[in-house]
Amino acid sequence: MTGAERVRQAIKEANRKGRAALIPYLCAWDPDLATTRALLWALAEAGASVVELGFPFSDPLADGPTIQAATQRALRHKPTLEEFLEFVAGLYAEGYPLPIVVMGYYNPFFRFGLERFAREAREAGLCGAIIPDLPLEEARPWLREARRRGLASIMLAAPTTPAERLERIAQVSTGFLYYVSVTGITGARERLPEDLVLRLDLCREVSPVPVAVGFGIARPEQVRMLAPHAEAIVVGSALVKIVEAEGSRSPEKVKRFVKDLVSATERS
Amino acid sequence: MLPNKRGKFGPFGGRFVPETLMPALTELEEAYRRLRRDPGFRRELAWYLREYAGRPTPLYPARRLSEALGGHLRIYLKREDLLHTGAHKINNTLGQVLLARRMGKRRIIAETGAGQHGVATATAAALLGLECVVYMGAKDTVRQAMNVFRMELLGARVVPVKSGTQTLKDAINEAIRDWVTNVETTFYVIGSVVGPHPYPMMVRDFQSVIGRETRRQILKLEGRLPDMVIACVGGGSNAMGIFYPFVRDQVVKLVGVEAAGQGLESDRHSATLTVGEPGVLHGMLTYLLQDRVGQIKGAHSIAPGLDYPGVGPEHAFLRECGRAEYVAVDDEEALSAFRLLSETEGIIPALESAHAVAYLVKIADRLPRDTIVVVNLSGRGDKDVAAVRDYLSGKMA
Repeated sequence: MTGAERVRQAIKEANRKGRAALIPYLCAWDPDLATTRALLWALAEAGASVVELGFPFSDPLADGPTIQAATQRALRHKPTLEEFLEFVAGLYAEGYPLPIVVMGYYNPFFRFGLERFAREAREAGLCGAIIPDLPLEEARPWLREARRRGLASIMLAAPTTPAERLERIAQVSTGFLYYVSVTGITGARERLPEDLVLRLDLCREVSPVPVAVGFGIARPEQVRMLAPHAEAIVVGSALVKIVEAEGSRSPEKVKRFVKDLVSATERS
Repeated sequence: MLPNKRGKFGPFGGRFVPETLMPALTELEEAYRRLRRDPGFRRELAWYLREYAGRPTPLYPARRLSEALGGHLRIYLKREDLLHTGAHKINNTLGQVLLARRMGKRRIIAETGAGQHGVATATAAALLGLECVVYMGAKDTVRQAMNVFRMELLGARVVPVKSGTQTLKDAINEAIRDWVTNVETTFYVIGSVVGPHPYPMMVRDFQSVIGRETRRQILKLEGRLPDMVIACVGGGSNAMGIFYPFVRDQVVKLVGVEAAGQGLESDRHSATLTVGEPGVLHGMLTYLLQDRVGQIKGAHSIAPGLDYPGVGPEHAFLRECGRAEYVAVDDEEALSAFRLLSETEGIIPALESAHAVAYLVKIADRLPRDTIVVVNLSGRGDKDVAAVRDYLSGKMA
């Protein structure tokens, strides 16, 4: 099975059980790699479906203060993509059950070499990538390499995306389509846009792949409200805040929180 | 004509931004392409440039500087330092803020490093009665406290940016985050020929009034084109502005001068084209100062306006195809030129512009008799006087 298929299957599996799939985000190396490993196992035990693992970048321009701070903590370790892939390969050697996709800004991948990254990602067992500063018009070289190695090329669509463009984005997205809930940057929000549910329904009509919704989703009530309208739900900053507060003691708390989120994914 | 439809100058440029901004960039590009041919808009911009900013600026024959350098050269200074707000930045901000008003955007945001672009944006926003928010690295707000006050006097709100290196690149990140959030109501005025398409093209077009005037003036004064045009390069807007109308004149040598800071081996410089490597930052593919992994490095120069780890994609292209040459001079060389121009011509240049003068000083001996050289004096040095005094007294102590 390719990486893209593994991601899609994991989401379908949750959907078959009458749930939206939960996709937690964490930033690798925040606060250190040993904690990241423990956190990833906690996510698996809590019932998450897919993991979005951030590779930190010095200039995270789509991220709010919470993930910016996580990035700063992670960058102290001077991480490399070689180490990132080694880490993922190590997890799968230990029998890690969930598909992992990387979320990272384009420059490190560009510098590593797209062909080399796709090849080595596949060897490591990484399932795909989300690159928030790589829109449709610039994505062709990456889409080609991702397709060749069966990696999920997860594209983003936003509330500002016109309908015709949304369709084109959905056509090239594999694994899932990432729908950005708000016009803005990442970070927990009190309120989500009122027309979000309507937009998600439109999005699912045109998308041949499952639709995940993310940005601003932090609480079980929000997950419960969105679960019937998306195949998957991404939660990031809310988890990163726990890691920020608890550091190496965070896995237990994260596990309990993610369990709560997962039980809110029931599509009743 | 460059850039192509996708905003590419050869392999450089493009639009590497979050999806949320893509429709706004398309809207901006369409509005700009329509208005730049619109006679009403062109007249309006020309009027403000003339009556408000003080264009055309003189092309001044620097005889005493020529003498000091051996007396064999014909040196001209393009006096952008005489413009309102003290630098070429106003050419661009008037253009963009007028465009914003035509597009019905009531809120202006900008980034600034040293504060020159912030002041020029706040000025244009005050002039046209629009709300203005300027993002500035927290470190820069301390170093350039007077410019913060200037912007506030002009009615702008200055937001200190505490993330990352707390300098210009982080101010740009924060301005982009604001834009992503308020894209419907807000116009982002970028200060240099950087960022996603159409900014590098649009800022170049607004700044190329410098080169068009220079071309006309030198033909009138000398009856021929210059042999060499020299300009400093941080993001590269004053250089692109003076180069662009000469790009097709192969006889004119174009030289961009970057900041070598404390030396190219020191890791304390801003010589992006000289020693950087291609990468993607702030929406564009261009040369960057970055480490092996692709993390962006901090930049340094005694001239705060050159202190940027990227450079306009069209410069990357001009370098790649050999049409322009890029060199670097260090802090000390720039300071000597700062003093030389002050003493010989009674013109205190901005430290940025002093880099261009410094390169001329360096190569003057090697140039043949009667070589016509134009140096773009992009800004005046009033803003730098205190910093230079501190630097010189520190060195003496």
